[in-house]
Amino acid sequence: MSVLDGPPLEVPVTTRKDWTSDQEVRWCPGCGDYSILAAVQMLLPELGVPRENVVFVSGIGCAARFPYYMETYGIHSIHGRAPAIATGLAVSRPDLDVWVVTGDGDGLSIGGNHLLHALRRNVNLTILLFNNQIYGLTKGQFSPTSEAGKVTKSSPFGSLDQPFNPVSLALGAEATFVARTHDMDRKHLMATLRRAHEHRGAAFVEVYQNCNVFNDGAFDGILSRDRRADNLIPLVDGEPVRFGAESEWGVVLTDGEARIAPVAEVGEEALVVHREGREDPSVAFALSRLAAGPTTPTPIGVFRAVERPDYASLVSDQIAAAQNRQGRGDLAGLLRSGQTWEVAERR
Amino acid sequence: MGADGTHRLQVHAVEQVVVRLAGDSGDGMQLAGDRLMVSSARYGNAFATLPDFPAEIRAPAGTLAGVSAFQIQLADHPVRTPGDEADVLVAMNPAALRSQLRYLKPGATLIVDSDAFDERNLHKAGYADNPLADGELVGFSVLKVPMTSLTLAAVKETGARPREAERAKNFFALGLLSWLYGRPAAVTLEWIAERFAKVPQVAVVNRLAFQAGLAFGETAELVEATATVAPAPLPPGTYTTISGNTAMAWGLVAASELSGRPLFLGSYPITPASDLLHELSRLKRFGVRTFQAEDEIAGVGAALGAAFGGALGVTTTSGPGLDLKAETIGLAVSLELPLVVVDVQRAGPSTGMPTKPEQGDLLAALFGRHGEAPVPVLAPRGAAECFTMAIEAARLALTFRTPVIILSDGYLANSSEPWRLPDVADLAPIPVELASEANATAPDGRAVFHPYQRDAGTLARPWALPGTRGLEHRIGGLEKADETGDISYDGANHERMVHLRAAKVAGIAAAIPHAVVDDQEGARLLVVGWGSTAGAIAAAVEGLRRRGEHLAHLQLAHLNPFPANLGDVLRRYDRVVVAELNMGQLVSQLRATYLVDARLISKVQGVPFRVGELTEALLGELGSLAQSTGVPERVSTAGEVVA
Ligand code: SF4
Repeated sequence: MSVLDGPPLEVPVTTRKDWTSDQEVRWCPGCGDYSILAAVQMLLPELGVPRENVVFVSGIGCAARFPYYMETYGIHSIHGRAPAIATGLAVSRPDLDVWVVTGDGDGLSIGGNHLLHALRRNVNLTILLFNNQIYGLTKGQFSPTSEAGKVTKSSPFGSLDQPFNPVSLALGAEATFVARTHDMDRKHLMATLRRAHEHRGAAFVEVYQNCNVFNDGAFDGILSRDRRADNLIPLVDGEPVRFGAESEWGVVLTDGEARIAPVAEVGEEALVVHREGREDPSVAFALSRLAAGPTTPTPIGVFRAVERPDYASLVSDQIAAAQNRQGRGDLAGLLRSGQTWEVAERR
Repeated sequence: MGADGTHRLQVHAVEQVVVRLAGDSGDGMQLAGDRLMVSSARYGNAFATLPDFPAEIRAPAGTLAGVSAFQIQLADHPVRTPGDEADVLVAMNPAALRSQLRYLKPGATLIVDSDAFDERNLHKAGYADNPLADGELVGFSVLKVPMTSLTLAAVKETGARPREAERAKNFFALGLLSWLYGRPAAVTLEWIAERFAKVPQVAVVNRLAFQAGLAFGETAELVEATATVAPAPLPPGTYTTISGNTAMAWGLVAASELSGRPLFLGSYPITPASDLLHELSRLKRFGVRTFQAEDEIAGVGAALGAAFGGALGVTTTSGPGLDLKAETIGLAVSLELPLVVVDVQRAGPSTGMPTKPEQGDLLAALFGRHGEAPVPVLAPRGAAECFTMAIEAARLALTFRTPVIILSDGYLANSSEPWRLPDVADLAPIPVELASEANATAPDGRAVFHPYQRDAGTLARPWALPGTRGLEHRIGGLEKADETGDISYDGANHERMVHLRAAKVAGIAAAIPHAVVDDQEGARLLVVGWGSTAGAIAAAVEGLRRRGEHLAHLQLAHLNPFPANLGDVLRRYDRVVVAELNMGQLVSQLRATYLVDARLISKVQGVPFRVGELTEALLGELGSLAQSTGVPERVSTAGEVVA
């Protein structure tokens, strides 16, 4: 008899403190990870999930320390494998609320394959990818999201790698929920994570995160307070895509390509109306291509949110269907399911 | 001589017979062999089989590379190997004949589809002249049967298209063999009717072809006598035929039932382990969750994640996959979670020979991880024992909270033997205790949960499943402080943890059976094997004893930890010889662990030991032991003694 059988327990009222473990947080002072941790710890009391049902799974990297700081169940696993480990957990325990915390190196380099497949299978996971465009824990090599030409210890003459756009990647991997937020705006961060958590299936959230030690200011071009209005393009479901202090800029689609244009010139009717629920991810993808990196106007918010059965439910349904059709498995019957014969007692 | 000049088949009543069927991979030889096995089993014979198929799915038809063979030994007494050389070969084309001649006994009987010996096929097989005509087969009894045309004629009435009709010639061959050895035809006829119930046309074609083969035997008068292999005296009970892979899959299901832990399989297809994934994927009615992962790493990762959630997590693979899983197995060692890893070994290194067995992964299983990462290792000694070893692996994993590796191999996986079914009620339950409450007191007096507070007996840590209120905890691959499980970089603590993990695995020796020797009065030589070589070694030992030699045999199934009495056992004999299908992996461990001067009989040809070559090698050892005065030489390859 499992300790988990029996009537569900009431969900107690909690505060941020209840979700904070007794472990000393060991990120560098000023690291963007602090504000993401705070946002998650503030959000969880509002979600109505019992603490014992929450599991944080991470790989390796600065971001991967995250589970230690949460007073929940958690696994700090090995480099890149968190989506795979979390998949096994989520599929075998659909009752749990499983989160994956990964980084640009962990999730897009060594563990890229697992991330892609968790997304396409629509495993019920809330996946946070802290993108700081650098390897932090190994002290500053270029990552798969570093801009081409980046000079680091391992690329003294400039990186030759074309970077990934994580949102484009997730959309291409059949993700049903794709969003982007950043560590400088707690409200937006919490709102985005809340949406991700509500989503049934794999929810992918790219979080721009400042690594003040090895890549300080990587996002300043769009995130510093005076630049945000002109450089963050908020995606609002059902609304035309526009931005700027006076909302003077908008996004139009020409030949399937998204382009920024002055609203005064093209007219409001010409703007793309954002719809998260479009089955076809092409428009979301076009929006994700607006900026080649976080240096020019960049959309944030929910790019895509569509319904598709989550993987664990499909697995459970198949089992239930098999049991309905064939009855609960019977071991003695299984052993006799091949060709059998009797050998009698010899006289 | 027959009327057409061919030899008449001379067959006598025999204690055992070894039959080999060979044809193109598309010819259905595995199926025909399988049916011969089942009808023989039902007839009451003891048997053992060896499928031998190419790695390519469909190599070009008619070529040597595309030959697929199946060997079966039928006997009136228990047998443990498919036999060394065949008494009878059924060859469906020239390539099959040419590639298989070396597996035959002198004077063996060849039954060939003479229709297939046309110029094109002869050329593809590399024959300049027709071997059926040019005397190349002198010394064999050759039975030329136009199987293709006889099959076509037999099924003509059904209006089946020629290609479809031709495909049934394996059933013609099966019919002929069934007549030859007096196999019960009803068993096969019933099976055809059942198997092809949904495609009546195919059922009729196969039935007619089978009956034509039977009738041909009876009426063609090409043979003077049929063979009789009497039923074997098996212990009473209900029997089934079982292959190692099926037995392993069923054992895993049984372990799940016995422990009450749901079974989760994370796996990536790989030869020869894929059938484990296939079989378990069918067993959803047992609540089995199978996950075909994106790669080997994800397969084991998902299994470990499921184990964190309380499942019996299992991953299945073969050599290359074991390499890829190494890091995650190390994580499981550190997390101290139950995990079963099945490695169906194949010839390596690298891709090696995917369909060919080898015992090359023992050291990888024991040591193939960085750091001090001990893992229990088990090796089933027969197809049926895969069932009990799967349960044993789960028992150890669940009890001691550790990954356990099972080393099967391509031979065990695919070979079949009769299995007396156990009574399910006799299978011992696997008790699993889950943590349900705090187990320690914090300095401030609060009751807290320490995930690395160990059980004093097993040294296992508590298993607290997510969903259990109050036991929230974090674990990871970083070194943990003893008891609390907090991250710790303290050197003294690390050393303590390394020793604790080692002591936990070593302590399993108290929970496994002692090594039991098949001993003999006066034996000075002990031959040691492990895993799948059990049958061949036992047969060689029995044969030598019948010749008046004295020797003892020990077949190990527990390779880490070794049985507690192993050192004493080894020291009882003047000479210890280890026979294994590798370059000496077990022997190195026995020498290192027990300081015994164990010697080696090695073979790495991608095929199991033959009884004959083992007999020769052991005779050499016995001879040199009889004369030995000083330091003996080491044996390197089967039968060949080098300094
Ligand atoms: S190295 Fe960078 S990302 Fe890592 S903790 Fe320090 S500031 Fe944060």
